[in-house]
Amino acid sequence: MRRVMPFTIVTVTGLFMLVQYFIPREEFEWLYEWTLDWIIVIGCFAMLLGLWSMTYVSVSKVRRKIPGWGYNVITLAGLFFVLIVGFVPGQASLVRGSAFMHLFEYIYIPVQASMFSLLAFYIASAAYRAFRARTILATILLVSAIIIMLRLVPLGPLSAVNQWLANFILTVPNMAAKRAFWIGVGLGATATALKIMLGIERTYMGRD
Amino acid sequence: MDNGKSNLYDWMMNLDRRWVYLVIGVVVTLTAIAPFKVPVYVTPEVRNIYNFVESMEPGEVLMIGVDYAPEAMAELHPMNYAITRQCFAKGIKLLLCCLHQNGPGMVEQVIAQVSKEYDKVNGVDYVYLGYKPYPAITILAMGQNFRIPFPEDYYGTSLDSLPMMRNIVNFDNVQAIINISAGSATEYWINYANGRYNAKLAIGVTGVMTSDYYPFLQSGQIFGIIGGMKGAAEYEDLAEKGGYISRKKDQLTAFKSMPIQTTTHIVVILFIVLGNVGYFMSKKVK
Repeated sequence: MRRVMPFTIVTVTGLFMLVQYFIPREEFEWLYEWTLDWIIVIGCFAMLLGLWSMTYVSVSKVRRKIPGWGYNVITLAGLFFVLIVGFVPGQASLVRGSAFMHLFEYIYIPVQASMFSLLAFYIASAAYRAFRARTILATILLVSAIIIMLRLVPLGPLSAVNQWLANFILTVPNMAAKRAFWIGVGLGATATALKIMLGIERTYMGRD
Repeated sequence: MDNGKSNLYDWMMNLDRRWVYLVIGVVVTLTAIAPFKVPVYVTPEVRNIYNFVESMEPGEVLMIGVDYAPEAMAELHPMNYAITRQCFAKGIKLLLCCLHQNGPGMVEQVIAQVSKEYDKVNGVDYVYLGYKPYPAITILAMGQNFRIPFPEDYYGTSLDSLPMMRNIVNFDNVQAIINISAGSATEYWINYANGRYNAKLAIGVTGVMTSDYYPFLQSGQIFGIIGGMKGAAEYEDLAEKGGYISRKKDQLTAFKSMPIQTTTHIVVILFIVLGNVGYFMSKKVK
């Protein structure tokens, strides 16, 4: 039962979502909308599960005083503080000027923006180390990267030539590679979906 | 002598990363203190979006899907502001939604500020649907009826009671959708809003994402791309020439950041050249 039940649900819903696309009838539209509602409901429960899982893992780390447990205390404090502020009665938490939005604007935004700004330093260092013309392929990558980067740099009369080259790289070799990649992803996703619906792929049940 | 040269080339190849950080930090700071004007070349993919918005009539509806968090603010906020200002200045109505969990605050920031600038009224001139998780499901549901995923707007008002929503049911009733995104939501907009419901779609994405979406531009699934801060600067340039935003009011944020981006790129290129010169020279000496 523990294997048959999930397999039946996955196969039936998978086949339905596939078939309904080709049958433009009102009953199928209704069923389709009903399925979408179900996905949202299941997703909400998955969020609760995530919340529980994070709390459980953090609390157990704090209890056992695992190295770095202080960070878990901060995680839990942040999680529940924001949660409580979001539920403060008598105020709409998502409107500008509310305590919740103050937390978002004055703590979350600066923290995240600062974290991301650090990327400039890491990318510069990584580019310096990685872009070495050791092989022909590495040289092609290096030259392409420089042309694309120079797109942002005013080069006087050479700007037009560089723009043309950058556009060529983006719209011809890049596009061909991306297209091949996307076709591969599409075929892979279709194959995986079929394997799941036919019961060949069962790792989602928690065992192979 | 050769030993000295070899040491120099090794140093060029294996520069301590702290030097890289220091030089980048100094260059960014200096450029921020003493900026200069960088000419911006407007690409056709950005111009297409601007021209489309320009061709819209007052009262028509444009939808903007805002799917980014504060980490992508520097790149995506400027284009969001520029498009919103152009729309409000032209009397175009905006329908906004958010499919990123940290995005609602981004929309709220832009819409609260720009609606005040143009005296636009919530529910009449714009509607902010709010945030819903699961982008694919939400987009599919919006394709049926906006009221399925969003029975109420962000502020808790029923969509049916908002004057702007009277004749708006689904994607068929908006002229186009512009998705401004820093993540995978863009793929869902392309696959479902355009692929399934045939909605006219353009995108604004971060610089690193831009090259991923060129195939969709060529295939006609999207009619324009605004790529990162450079794309936003292009849009701002067009919007300034169109008289929708003004340098005096400090509304060209991406344009203002272009000198920093330019000098940083030059420094990165110089570091790459330095490393490669060291690499080839050391090989020659050895």
